[in-house]
Amino acid sequence: MTGGLLTEPAPAAPWPPVQRVVTVAGRRPVGAYVELSLAAPEVAERAVPGQFVAFAVGGPTSAHLLRRSIAIAGVGGGQVQVVVSAHGPGSSWLAGLAPGDVVDVVGPLGRPFPMPPPGTPALLVGGGYGAAALVGLAGRLRATGSEVAAVTGAASAGRLCSVQELGSLAAPFVVMTDDGSAGRRGWVTDAVAELVNGAGVVYACGPMGMLRAVADVATAAGVPSYVAVEESMACGIGVCMTCVLPVVGGDGRTRFARSCVEGPVFGGDRVRFADVGTLPADVVGADAMGLTPPAVPTPAGSPPTPVAPPEADPGTPGASS
Amino acid sequence: MGTAIGRVPVPSPVLTASGCSGFGRELEPFVDLAALGAVVTKSVQLRPRSGRPTPRMAETPSGMLNSIGLQGPGIDGLLAEDLPWLAQRGARAFVSIAGTRVEDFAELATRLRGVPGVLGIEVNISCPNVESRGEVFACDPVAARDVVAAVRAAADPAQPVYAKLSPDVTDIVTIARSVADAGADGLSMINTLLGLVIDPDTMRPVLGGVTGGLSGPAIRPVALRCVWQVHQALPDVPILGMGGIRSGLDALQFVLAGASAVSIGTAVFNDPSAPARIHAELAAALAARGFGSLADAVGHAHRPVDA
Repeated sequence: MTGGLLTEPAPAAPWPPVQRVVTVAGRRPVGAYVELSLAAPEVAERAVPGQFVAFAVGGPTSAHLLRRSIAIAGVGGGQVQVVVSAHGPGSSWLAGLAPGDVVDVVGPLGRPFPMPPPGTPALLVGGGYGAAALVGLAGRLRATGSEVAAVTGAASAGRLCSVQELGSLAAPFVVMTDDGSAGRRGWVTDAVAELVNGAGVVYACGPMGMLRAVADVATAAGVPSYVAVEESMACGIGVCMTCVLPVVGGDGRTRFARSCVEGPVFGGDRVRFADVGTLPADVVGADAMGLTPPAVPTPAGSPPTPVAPPEADPGTPGASS
Repeated sequence: MGTAIGRVPVPSPVLTASGCSGFGRELEPFVDLAALGAVVTKSVQLRPRSGRPTPRMAETPSGMLNSIGLQGPGIDGLLAEDLPWLAQRGARAFVSIAGTRVEDFAELATRLRGVPGVLGIEVNISCPNVESRGEVFACDPVAARDVVAAVRAAADPAQPVYAKLSPDVTDIVTIARSVADAGADGLSMINTLLGLVIDPDTMRPVLGGVTGGLSGPAIRPVALRCVWQVHQALPDVPILGMGGIRSGLDALQFVLAGASAVSIGTAVFNDPSAPARIHAELAAALAARGFGSLADAVGHAHRPVDA
């Protein structure tokens, strides 16, 4: 435990990524999503639950240059599965791939979910297609002697994912939908609040709002949590610096951490969810952006020294990298 | 297919572009860093810098807009961690430096004197110039000259100094001439173009920094035009060409326009092995056109058709 936090930073992946042009081996609709199976043995043999892959979309002359990063939903038999949610031109192109098509993929990328001591009971929480990223973790936890409970939720039945796969590995297993069209009506956090006290560790993957709520519940209960964040990434490999968010490091200081290489898995109590999208004055290097450094902590009882509100230099020409 | 940066020979005319490959480490699984002309680092400043809030990126047609805000470890971190790492691998570092005052640039150049593995210095004069009411150095021939002269005076004489120019000027040749007169050993062209994207749903600018730098193949014709104009005016000044290079044939266009080396930027986000691939494609393209060496092709497009 560092700096009063319940979690340690997630360790780096054991193997470096590879870049390969791979063939789509299978495609099936899963509710509102599409699951693709890729013949990618080198990615499959290196992948650890929590990691993701990054796709080039639209072919070698595509006008869409930025990679699309998607969590690995499963591996086996030399194949890698991903669940694609088609919502923009890139993900729609991916979702339209058919068996026999080829696609350029880089992976596995990012830090995996850290494993707890063998036998630690775990609670897994998935939101929407984020549940897919937890299936491999559930299997791995079971194999090391952990009891696995799981909660998965979505706005409606059609937005649920990996229900059967998670349901076969987890007990209890709770399905929540906002509209009650499947499982219980309500939010995943309702079920998490009921189950968190039986858990030694909580893992979550899904939308940022859900991750924040789950991490808060876990932290309040004194249970360490690990979350796989969703941030838009241009490259997925750590060079573009677009996918940063404020994260408390092992030394207790907050940095703009890249969610691709320092994440996507972070300790739930290390991500400063409330400050995502802002530049807090105590982020390392914020002083060089013209922010007033934070006040030195004062002894209990004395009034805190005021800190200037965050203020970047919007619109200054040429300050981009 | 070797060439030179200033007078320093390098094994490949293909380099990374500043800001698009970090400090090289993340590319190690995808390219042989030592085989590149150099790793051009993300711009370093005197102090560690957080960069701007997110969102920092917006995809645009054949390009992207970024407002990273020069996130980086500062010169101490670079000297302690990144440059030794690159030197250990036999990779050459072409260190991009940035600052808000002339003195910042000079101090950075001083700190880099004699550092193992440092091939040279790229002076990013497209940063905000607080001494000049929010203008950028590269938009003002006098400010640009002052920075480059100070860096050239402070830098290790063995390290070539390249000035990185902005296309967002009325006449880039004027700026190029000014920094060449101030002692620049070469010119890096071009930096990003200032751009803006508005989200039609929120009806507000997408980027946390409001405006950002446009890069990618969308800006290639602008970059190529800049290289052409400057090589035409200053044929003896070496040019490191960049701006939307995605293939060997793209790189060849820059060479034919007058660049003696090229940097690969946004294409790395799309294809992390792009620098190595483009090296191979450029070599094949030169051979297919009967060029015995890269030097024979530099500026070829300026020659009369019947020459």
